[in-house]
Amino acid sequence: MAWVNAIIQGVLVGGLYALFACGLSLMFGVMKVVNLAHGDLAVVAGYLAIGVITVTHIPVLWSFLVVVPLMAVLGYVLQRTILQGALDRSVLATLMVTFGLSVVIENGLLQFFTANSRAIGTGLALVSGSFSIGSQIQIGYLLVVVFAVAVIVLLGLQYFLSATKYGRLIRAVADDREAAQLAGADYRHVFGIAAAIAFGTVALGGIAYGMYSQLQPTTGTDTILLFAFAAVVIGGLGSLWGTLLGGVVLGVAQQIGAQISISDETLAGFIVFLAVLALRPQGLISRGAQS
Amino acid sequence: MSPEPNGERPDGAAPLLEVRDLVVHHGQLRALDGISLRVLPGEVYAIIGANGAGKSTLLRTIVGLHSPTAGSVFFDGKDVTRVRPERRATRGIVMVPEGRRLFESLSVEENLKVGATYSRPGPWTIERVYEMFGWMRERRRQPTAQLSGGEQQTVAIGRALVANPRVLLLDELSLGLAPVVVQRIYGMLPQIMATGLTVLLVEQDVSQALRVASHIHCLLEGRTTLVGTPASISADQVEAAYFGLASAAAPGAAPEEGEA
Repeated sequence: MAWVNAIIQGVLVGGLYALFACGLSLMFGVMKVVNLAHGDLAVVAGYLAIGVITVTHIPVLWSFLVVVPLMAVLGYVLQRTILQGALDRSVLATLMVTFGLSVVIENGLLQFFTANSRAIGTGLALVSGSFSIGSQIQIGYLLVVVFAVAVIVLLGLQYFLSATKYGRLIRAVADDREAAQLAGADYRHVFGIAAAIAFGTVALGGIAYGMYSQLQPTTGTDTILLFAFAAVVIGGLGSLWGTLLGGVVLGVAQQIGAQISISDETLAGFIVFLAVLALRPQGLISRGAQS
Repeated sequence: MSPEPNGERPDGAAPLLEVRDLVVHHGQLRALDGISLRVLPGEVYAIIGANGAGKSTLLRTIVGLHSPTAGSVFFDGKDVTRVRPERRATRGIVMVPEGRRLFESLSVEENLKVGATYSRPGPWTIERVYEMFGWMRERRRQPTAQLSGGEQQTVAIGRALVANPRVLLLDELSLGLAPVVVQRIYGMLPQIMATGLTVLLVEQDVSQALRVASHIHCLLEGRTTLVGTPASISADQVEAAYFGLASAAAPGAAPEEGEA
């Protein structure tokens, strides 16, 4: 039963990893930007939520409505300024710029919030409670909700990309930027929209992580970014649902590893990551299926 | 200097599109060297020339994908040399790029929808494109990769038309297509022109260009070698301009002006 429990926990935490990963995948798919600051932005969103809750005393869940749009706007602005500036030079320049951004964010967070870890305390039964199946399986409501949110986000993204004007433009620009320009589309604006979505989704992931676990200034790179990369690579680059599949596979591998020995949790995840990279480098869902 | 290399054309009409002394570099290479041209409303202006003559570079500079080193592009009397490509498109300069460049992960209809996203008001709609090409409506949900080359080229033209261009730029429509397909595609031109369009086209296939154009402009290594109407220029002159032979001494019997 303990193994069944591990698998269920792994699947559910995979939803969280999908929230980390889908924005990373989108930004790479559309503008070929590997955003090394992606995880740090999730942490920023988490700290922002803590700040908003502390200052305004609004209910915890309302903080999503403040922080997620705020991060989306930040995404658009950063893309139109710093990232676009780097893109105009070369794709390599974007790596350096996002790496720099990551360093700046982490040290800024250390400066303002110290290295102490913080959690987003909710006091909600929904978040802290759990239900049991049998005697050994205990499932936290929070992970179930996060998993459901991840599925809803991915469904929404899929609908947006396939059925709306800007979704279509995002796919067109990802295919052929110049041809989109010839059709009158300003690809920089379209990039900005893609970045806004990426920042918004990872903000959701960051706040959820703050409720599920604890945030430190370095969580962005040592946990979130790495897991997001692993989920993207396992699932298949450029595939939307691949990020969920990749997240689930990573989550299950980690939980099974933890079942063997608690210190093997992270190791097991990365062994699966390396195995996929070696045996099926295009990922479990190869590109072209979605998005 | 602003020479008007317009052959025997009356210069009274205001040009819709005008290029003045355009110089474009690809790195060190001078791809275009002082090109000027004037395209009048309602005409089919054909630019011919061998590979590497600078034809595509000229079109790409006109739509804004290349920045000229010197010279300027005027559209409807306004200088658009510094205007971004997408703004030129929404003003009515629309190009069907070389190699078709359809959005490969989008369906036929989605390709047309992208073309129509920022369209100017005008006669062309997706529905009208479907009326003109019945097969396209039936296959609108298919990915464009499943279409033949000629069908893809037609979709690319449809995608440009639904933007309701004032001047339509066609870059090497015949590239990679069977002659009979090329004939069919050029056969649509009168129907398209009937909606009040102006066409500027680039073509390697000289006989095709001579058949459809009201004005011919020959490039050789980035320079203008011949300008005139198809009626006013002889096959010998075209051949000389195309290959860079001394234009005065044209040998007697003109062989086929088509080339490899």
